[in-house]
Amino acid sequence: MIVVNTETVPGHEITEIKGLVQGNTIRAKHIGRDIGASLKNLVGGELTGYTELLTEARREALQRMLSQATELGANAVVNVRFTTSSVAAGAAELYAYGTAVTLVPVGATPDARDARLSGFE
Amino acid sequence: MIDILLPLAVTVVLVVVGLVFGRSRERAHIRHLDEREAASASIIVTDLKTPPPRVRSSRAGYVSGSAVIATDYFKTLAAQLRAIVGGEVKSLGTLIDRARREARLRMVEEAKAGGAVAVINVRIETSEIGGNTPMTEVFAYGTALYL
Repeated sequence: MIVVNTETVPGHEITEIKGLVQGNTIRAKHIGRDIGASLKNLVGGELTGYTELLTEARREALQRMLSQATELGANAVVNVRFTTSSVAAGAAELYAYGTAVTLVPVGATPDARDARLSGFE
Repeated sequence: MIDILLPLAVTVVLVVVGLVFGRSRERAHIRHLDEREAASASIIVTDLKTPPPRVRSSRAGYVSGSAVIATDYFKTLAAQLRAIVGGEVKSLGTLIDRARREARLRMVEEAKAGGAVAVINVRIETSEIGGNTPMTEVFAYGTALYL
């Protein structure tokens, strides 16, 4: 599965659009980490616990999007976008969406082959 | 004694109301969404800027849809309990999913009413509106391609 956040993939062309696919997950931070984070807020710096939490959650959202694309029979997801929003106090939603498509290497599409063949005739 | 019992009774009533009415309303909404999604499945929806291959259109126009959905009291409590231990909050998942599907459907239905064949360059925005129970607004917008 090719996943890109550009509209096109170099060397390939889109022959069919399967539709918009999406994946999301809502995560709550736990109280232990809250205490750690409030201590860190005194001195500043990276909250590595939260970084890991969000990275892992974002990966989960991406996986859910990809399984939707697989169900539709797509072989790539293009123009992927990520958004994050806070749903309730202490809970964040990670959301990924993109367009599931069928990608074919340039020159391998029936149209292109037909054009080449007719040129030979 | 009554000072303790009264708030407790109010909470229990709110939880039960949330559980019973929230669940039935949610099921009805999801059923409604399924039906409408099936009815508008012929319209291509994509976040690409370029028109899909083999789609001919002579006119384009802006379409949008938004929905604000609130969760019920029971699910709010479940989410608050989840925040103690951390992890995935499944109870709020349906809330935001319903809002997103509703917003997207309103956009697609607006396009369909005008005779569109596709909606391209779709963007989806989410915002939280505060309050005692979480409320979520989802805004979907895109460009409809008409024949």
